[in-house]
Amino acid sequence: MPTFYGTEVQNPLLLGTAQYPSPAILADAVHQAEVDVVTVSLRRESGNDRAGQDFWKLIQDLNVKVLPNTAGCHSVKEAVTTAHMAREIFGTPWIKLEVIGEEDTLQPNVFELVEAAHILTEDGFQVFPYTTEDLIVAGKLLDAGCEVIMPWGAPIGSGRGLENITALKTMRAHLPDVPLVVDAGIGLPSHAAQAMELGFDAVLLNTAVAKAGDPAQMAKAFSSAVASGRDAYNAGPMEPRDMASPSTPVMGKAFLS
Amino acid sequence: MRIMHNGEPVEVTGETLDAVLAELGYADAVVATAINGSFVPVPKRDETQLQPGDSLEVLAPMQGG
Repeated sequence: MPTFYGTEVQNPLLLGTAQYPSPAILADAVHQAEVDVVTVSLRRESGNDRAGQDFWKLIQDLNVKVLPNTAGCHSVKEAVTTAHMAREIFGTPWIKLEVIGEEDTLQPNVFELVEAAHILTEDGFQVFPYTTEDLIVAGKLLDAGCEVIMPWGAPIGSGRGLENITALKTMRAHLPDVPLVVDAGIGLPSHAAQAMELGFDAVLLNTAVAKAGDPAQMAKAFSSAVASGRDAYNAGPMEPRDMASPSTPVMGKAFLS
Repeated sequence: MRIMHNGEPVEVTGETLDAVLAELGYADAVVATAINGSFVPVPKRDETQLQPGDSLEVLAPMQGG
């Protein structure tokens, strides 16, 4: 099972908590899939309806590890301040660091991401950077003190799967000892299985489960898929080839024509 | 004095962040605070003075991906 900053997690499926039809359905999805890590966020609270307080009680009752994010932040300052606020509220040094650079794709601004990662790791945070598949950026994030890299599969919420498999394979090959998580863009359990088959340590997704017709059943399907993908990677997949190669032995075939 | 609370103007009588939070209904709530874009940790709330026109952000746990 993947280990992040010395903490082993029991399921390589990391699940977001947003967009579910109801809190009860979110809880059911987490239970059914036996998820161990969920992502959470921070937003403005109202002194009247206290929605955040109810949500936090729900998460605490799930008995899972929380990975707070800095979603929606567009600058180093915003992301660093949000990370500090998250650490105080959630009581964890873990932070999923997002610094968004472009609205249509929600592509990370990798320059500000690296700068924010430097500041936060020096301040004791354990940073999970949401980044692109760029290998040079991954190296800069490691230099900044990150011990996990989270490249996107495709834009957040797009459900398009792994759009640049070659680059993800390259990252895995170049960083064999770094925990790698495909974060964002996964739409189907087969996409998650594919990431695990490439040797990724975990996947992080939200919309594909939350927006399914039956989120709990889909969460369970994703959990099975990541387990199968991990087993397949450990088993050593065959190399694909261009031409056919008979699987039934040719030797001893009868001459009947 | 008039301050901005989560983007909305509000009139408060308290002077410290602690007092203002209680006044706004957050006395026992799990929230994190920032004034004018700078994080103010819990131990600093009782010594942090608000000024007219300050922008107070009060954030709470929320769903996220």
